[in-house]
Amino acid sequence: MTALLEVADLHIGFGGLAAVRGASFTVNKGETHCLVGESGCGKSVTALAMMGLLPANAERRTAALRFDGQDIAGLSEREMSRLRGDRIAMIFQEPMTSLNPAYTVGSQMGEVYRRHRGGTRQAALDRAAELLERVRITSPGMRLGQFPHQLSGGLRQRVMIAMALMCEPELLIADEPTTALDVTVQAQILRLLADLQTELGLAILMITHDLGIVARTAHRVSVMYAGEIVETAPVFPLFAEPRHPYTRGLLSCVPVPGKVGRDEPLGSIRGTVPRIGPNFAGCAFRDRCDLARPDCSSPVVRHTLASEHSYLCQIAP
Amino acid sequence: MLHLLIRRLAVAFLVCITVLTFAFALTRLSGDLAISIAGPSATAADIEVVRKAYGLDRPVVEQFFDWVGRAAVGDFGQSYFYKERVSKLIVDRLPVTMTLGLVGLGIALLVALPLGVVSALNEGRVIDRVISLVALLGQAMPSFWLGLILMVTLGLKLGWLPISGTGSWEHFVMPGIVLAFSAIPALMRLTRSGMIDAMNADYIRTARAKGLSRTSIVLKHAARNAAMPVVSIAAVQLGFMLGGSIVIETVFALHGVGFLAWESISKNDFPTVQAVVLMLAIIYTLLTLGADLLNALLDPRLRAQ
Repeated sequence: MTALLEVADLHIGFGGLAAVRGASFTVNKGETHCLVGESGCGKSVTALAMMGLLPANAERRTAALRFDGQDIAGLSEREMSRLRGDRIAMIFQEPMTSLNPAYTVGSQMGEVYRRHRGGTRQAALDRAAELLERVRITSPGMRLGQFPHQLSGGLRQRVMIAMALMCEPELLIADEPTTALDVTVQAQILRLLADLQTELGLAILMITHDLGIVARTAHRVSVMYAGEIVETAPVFPLFAEPRHPYTRGLLSCVPVPGKVGRDEPLGSIRGTVPRIGPNFAGCAFRDRCDLARPDCSSPVVRHTLASEHSYLCQIAP
Repeated sequence: MLHLLIRRLAVAFLVCITVLTFAFALTRLSGDLAISIAGPSATAADIEVVRKAYGLDRPVVEQFFDWVGRAAVGDFGQSYFYKERVSKLIVDRLPVTMTLGLVGLGIALLVALPLGVVSALNEGRVIDRVISLVALLGQAMPSFWLGLILMVTLGLKLGWLPISGTGSWEHFVMPGIVLAFSAIPALMRLTRSGMIDAMNADYIRTARAKGLSRTSIVLKHAARNAAMPVVSIAAVQLGFMLGGSIVIETVFALHGVGFLAWESISKNDFPTVQAVVLMLAIIYTLLTLGADLLNALLDPRLRAQ
């Protein structure tokens, strides 16, 4: 497997508060890497940082941010905008508001193609129709002339995906792409993404809080907590032998047929994600952890198991 | 779209009918018209003659329907003061007011839109505050005062522009600037807040994720969504400029509709007053109608209703 996106020691802060603290991960070509964790643990900010789309008040520093071997951390906004939409594309959580209400589907899909590939309006529209068909939208010709408000949520997310694929990107960053959709549509969209991945050899960085989605789509998983990647592993070891107490907590919150009895209460994790100030040290999960010991407030070392499985805890076996 | 047009036209018609009734009622409520037309030295007999001659002895309801019936075919009667057809008076003066209003609005938009956009893109920074301060000063400045200052500086001291009359396009520049000044702050602030909202919208994040240029993001994706409130207010401002340019027309001696309204009110020339009020109401409703239609062109969601 060759690495397409490599991130090493990524830090993002807003004023004195740290949103991401030393995150490192790799997305391989043709693979899906899931970033999983509850709200406010830094997943979306990480995704935006990959795109160079952080808000103006965010501070980012990183040891390495490489895309296809090229260092993209130092690229100017202009150089970054050449990559965005062309080689790296992104889809978002809110299909209802992510398309511009004032322009037709065709115009919004066409402009990204013309921006990066040039050509005539008609060529761009032909390409758009081809992709609408590819994301299984019927009568693409008609859809191109429609406005976003004339489409359902599921259709809009398909349009977003088709638009993201206009220039055949190598990496697709999907930030909770199915959270706003109902369950049947969610399943269709996930299957579509999986099919497109096999057809196009697309690498996907999938941001989600839903372990069901992780189980269905991921090759590799990184569990994020309070801005840190507390455990990372290929998908099977992670589900089979979770090490970090947070990962185990997350898994115990999900009902598994045949494993969890009908009357048994589901697991839960008490408390909420802490805010991380400038002088924070030690394990960020210790206040919510049942296994916490006094030495959890001193800096934690990363443990590495075999088969690319590592975690950030000194208590877990 | 057709449905929208029909509904808006019906509303516009009702507004005009209401204004027409009020215009008639208010002139009658302002006192005995026969006494004021006859003048201060008239005897009781003179007043009676005037009353008969102008048809003021008839029941008010009859007078009203008579006037409405004629107004419907464009006949507003004879002016008591100018001794001319009221319709001709208005038609003669309308171009002056229209030109003035359009020049004023044009200048206002040329200044307010770029300032609003620049302000929004630099929200909270020094340049944003400076622009807001200038807008505040513009709002606080009385128009007759600004008019006089411009006449003294640009007109008398520098000799760049004529200070009164309607001979050429240059005559409209100074009054246009003065009219624009009062409209700029509102237009600027709406542009600013609309652009700030739009730039924070999810579809702008999508546009950036597509790698579009800054120009395309600001001018194509954000501006179109920020334009709607600005269009509505610009129409209202133009209405104010056309109906409310009395002070400016007086200061710059432009004989437009504003000047006509002022004179006919002071001379108790009520057929002219009624006609001017009605005409301004029609222009006003047409402007709002125009703004609604323009907005429907900008936003496809409005067309669907």
